[in-house]
Amino acid sequence: MNATPILQAEHLVKEFPVAGSGGLVTRGRTFRAVDGVDLTLAAGETLALVGESGSGKSTTARLVTRLIDVTSGTVRFDGQDITGLRGRDLHEFRSEVQVVFQDPYSSLNPRHTVERIVTAPLLYQGRKPPGGSKRFTQSLMERVGLDPNQWQRHPAQFSGGQAQRIGVARALAVGPRLVVCDEAVSALDVSVQAQIINLLRDLQREEGFSYLFIAHDLAVVRQIATRVAVMCGGRIVEAGDRDDVFDHPQHDYTRTLLAAVPRIRPEWEAARRARAAERHSARREPVDASPARRGA
Amino acid sequence: MSITTTDTKRRAATGALTVRDLTVSFPTATGSVDVVSHLDLDLEPGSALGIVGESGSGKSLTSLAMMGLLPPKATRTGTVTLGTEDLTSMSEAQLRRIRGDRVAMIFQDPLSSLNPYYTVGAQIEEAYRSHRRGVTRRKAHQVAVEAMERVHIKDAARRADHYPHQFSGGMRQRVMIAMALATEPELLIADEPTTALDVTVQAQILALLQEIRRETGTSLILITHDLAVVSEVTDHIVVMRSGVCVERGPVEAIFSDPQHHYTQRLFDAVPRIDDEIGDLRSLSPTGDHR
Amino acid sequence: MPRYLAGRVAAMAGVLLLVCLFTYAVFFLLSPDPAVQICGKNCTPDRIDQIRENLGLDRPFWTQFLTFLGGLFAGRTYGVGPNAVQCAAPCLGYSFQSSQSVTDMIVQRLPVSATVAIGAAVLWLLVGVISGLVGAVKEGTWVDRTLTGLTLGGLSIPNYVLALVLQYVLVVQLQWLPFPQAVPFGEDPGRWFLNFVMPWIVLAVGYAAAYTRLTRANVIDTLQENFLRTARAKGLAPRLVWRRHALRPALTPVVTVFGMDFAGLLGGALITETVFGLNGVGKMAADSIAKNDQPVIMGVTLLAAFFVVVGNVVVDVVYTFIDPRVRVAA
Repeated sequence: MNATPILQAEHLVKEFPVAGSGGLVTRGRTFRAVDGVDLTLAAGETLALVGESGSGKSTTARLVTRLIDVTSGTVRFDGQDITGLRGRDLHEFRSEVQVVFQDPYSSLNPRHTVERIVTAPLLYQGRKPPGGSKRFTQSLMERVGLDPNQWQRHPAQFSGGQAQRIGVARALAVGPRLVVCDEAVSALDVSVQAQIINLLRDLQREEGFSYLFIAHDLAVVRQIATRVAVMCGGRIVEAGDRDDVFDHPQHDYTRTLLAAVPRIRPEWEAARRARAAERHSARREPVDASPARRGA
Repeated sequence: MSITTTDTKRRAATGALTVRDLTVSFPTATGSVDVVSHLDLDLEPGSALGIVGESGSGKSLTSLAMMGLLPPKATRTGTVTLGTEDLTSMSEAQLRRIRGDRVAMIFQDPLSSLNPYYTVGAQIEEAYRSHRRGVTRRKAHQVAVEAMERVHIKDAARRADHYPHQFSGGMRQRVMIAMALATEPELLIADEPTTALDVTVQAQILALLQEIRRETGTSLILITHDLAVVSEVTDHIVVMRSGVCVERGPVEAIFSDPQHHYTQRLFDAVPRIDDEIGDLRSLSPTGDHR
Repeated sequence: MPRYLAGRVAAMAGVLLLVCLFTYAVFFLLSPDPAVQICGKNCTPDRIDQIRENLGLDRPFWTQFLTFLGGLFAGRTYGVGPNAVQCAAPCLGYSFQSSQSVTDMIVQRLPVSATVAIGAAVLWLLVGVISGLVGAVKEGTWVDRTLTGLTLGGLSIPNYVLALVLQYVLVVQLQWLPFPQAVPFGEDPGRWFLNFVMPWIVLAVGYAAAYTRLTRANVIDTLQENFLRTARAKGLAPRLVWRRHALRPALTPVVTVFGMDFAGLLGGALITETVFGLNGVGKMAADSIAKNDQPVIMGVTLLAAFFVVVGNVVVDVVYTFIDPRVRVAA
C-alpha cells in the first residue's frame, strides 16, 4: 500500500471579499468560506466531503483542484506542493486531477459533440487521443456505458443520466489519478443516480482512481465513501472511516445531520428484501424465462 | 386564535378528495400527448397522501390539474371532487373562491414563489383578505403575524415587514406554509416543498407539517421524488410513472411488499443510509442488476 | 443610505469634472482660433493679438481651464477696460457673436425644449406602456404581430423623414393642424398647444416603439414567474394578480429606463426642433454648429452631459426606493 496519500491539505483558508463593504480607502470585510481545513486522501480511496449549503465543501474542492487560489494553507498532491503552482506546472497538474460537475447540461458545452467534449482535455494537454479521435471516443463511451454509435451527438440529445456519463468520460479522458465529484449525482433521478454510483464504483475497482466526493446526501455518501469528513461553517467537524462516522458519530452536528435524514422503516425494508429474494430464487426455476417478459 | 375546537372538527370532516379518471394532455407537433393518464386518487379527511415519481412522471401536473391551474394549452378530463363538490365543473370564479381558502398549495422554490416587491406580511394578508369579506387591514395583519408565529418564525411581528430576500431558504418555506394556513384550509397540497432545502431544514419543515396536521386535522397531499420522506410523512402513496399510476395503497403495504416491477426496482435503487452495502440495483432496461 | 448617496454625489461630481475637462480640451485643440472669430471681418493681426491677450487666450491650457471652472461657480469678466463683459455665475461661456452669455441664451430657450421633452415623454410613456401590455396579453395573436410590425417601423424611420411627412400630411394635405409658428403660451394657448403636437409625435414615435417592446418583453417574462403561480393558487382576484404581481415587477425597470431617456432629452432634441423651427436649446445648438459659435456649442454640450449624469444618479436613488432588493443592500 502506497504510504504517501495522494492528496493532503493542511490549514486551508479561503476568504472572499464581501461585496459593497469596502470604500475607496478602507478595506472591505471578508467572508471565510473555508476556515482551516485539513484533508487526507489515500490512493484508491473515496473521501466524501459532506455538509449543508454554505458549509464550504464546494469551495474546498475548488481549492484542492486549484480552480481557485488559496488564501493560506498548503495542498500536496502525491507529496508535491501544488499550492502555488502557476503556468506550465499548473497546466501539467490538470492532467492528474479532473472534476465531474453537478449539472451536465450546463457544465458540458451544448454545442460540442461527445467526441469534441471527450477529446478536448487531451488536446489541451497537447496529447493526441491514442488510436485516433473517433476510436478513443468510442472506447471511452463504452467504458462508461454509453452507446458508442452516438459519438457525434450533442449533450442535449441525451437523458440526464447519460449526459452525466459523458461528464464522467470527459473526466477520465486524460487518465487522472484523482477525480473530484462535485455533487455529481445530486441532480439525477433515483434510479439513474444508482447507475452512476455503480459506474463510479466499478471504475474505481478497475482502474484505481481516488475520489473526492462532495455531497449533501448522506445516503448516497454511504454507498460510495471509504472515509467521510463532515463540514460545517467552513470547518471539518468530524472525519473518519465511513462506518465509524455513520454508526458512532462523535460530534453533535454529525449526530444532528444523521438524525435529520429521513429513513424508510427497517422492518419494511427487511420484509421487502425478503420477498425480493424469494422472487429472485423462484424465477430461477422455470427453464424458459422468456426475455420478452422482462424489461421495463 | 380565531378558530374554535368545533370549527376544527367540522373542518376535519371535510378535506376529502376524490379524483377519478384524471387525464391531462398537451398538444404537440405529432398530436396530443397525455402527461397524466386516467389517474384515480382517494384522500380521506385528515389523512396524508404521497404522490411519488421521478422526473416526467406527471406528479406536479396532477396537483395543478386538481386546482385548475394548468397552462391554457392543456386539456383536462375526469373529475376532481372536494368533499361533495365537483371542482372540474366549477367556473373559474367559483374555483377562485376555493383556491387559497379550502385548498392551499405550497411549492418547491420559496424564493421565486414569493413576490420580491412586497413584504411577507403583505402577501399573507392579501391571501386572507381575498377570502374574508369586510376584514380590516389591522385584523388581517394580526392574522398574518399569528400565522407566522404558528410556523415558529421568531420575532414574527417585526419580520412580517421584511421582504422575501431577507429570509433564509427554510424560513421562506415557513412563510409559504404560514400563507397557506392563514385561511385554515381543509387540504394542503405541497409540491416538492423540501427538495431545495438542506436536510436539517427539511426535517424541521416536515415536522412542522406533521404538527399542523395534528393540530388542525388538515389533509395533506405531498408530492415528491424522495421515497424516504414519503414513508415517514404519509399514510397512503401513489407511485406514478410517465403519467400513469403504477401502484397505490397504504404506505406500509407498498414499502413492505411492492407488487409492480417498476416500484420494486425503484425501491431497489434508493440508496439507504442505514443499510448493508452492496451494489445498488438500478432500473436498467434489461432488468438486470447493474 | 446617506453614505450611499454621498458616494454617488461625489462620483457624479467627479464625472462632471472629467466631462468638462474633456470637452474643453477638445474645443481647445480642434476649433479655429476664437480670437479670429471674435474679431470678425476687417481684422488686423494686431487686433487679434490684443483680443487674445484681453481674453486670456494666450495663457496655457490649464490656466484657461481653471479660469473657466472658476467662472462656472463665481462668474467671470471677459476682457479689461470699458469693453469688459460681465458673465454672471454659472458662467458657461460668452458668445461674442450674439453678445450674450451662454447661460442666458440657454435659460431663454430651455422652456421650449422642456415642453417638447415633457409632452413627448407623456405621449410615449402612455402609448408605449399600453401597447406593450396589449401585446403581452395578446401574445401570439394578430394584434401582437401587428404591434410588433408597427414598432419595427417606428424604430426604423428617421425622425426628420417622419417630421416632414407629418407636416405634409397633417398640415398641407389634411389641414388638420395649422402651419407651425412660434406663439407664446400667454397669447394663444390653443395655438401654442397645436404648435407642439407634431414635434411631440415625431419625438415620441421612436421611444414609444422601444417602450412597447420593453414593456411587452417584461410583462411576458413576469407572467412566467413562480410568484404569479402562487398568486393564482391563493385564489386572488384577477385584477389583484394583474396589478400587484404582474404589473409592479414588470414595469419597475421601465421607470428607470424612462428616467435615463428623459434626462438625455432635456439637453435638446436637435433635429426635431430644427425641423419644426422651435426655438429651443437643440435648435440653438444646431445653429451654433453652423455658425461655429464655439462657446455656445461648448455650453450646450456641458448642459446635456449634466442632465445625463444627474439623471443617472437620480434613477439609481429612485431605484433603491422602488426595488426592495436593492434598498436593503444600499
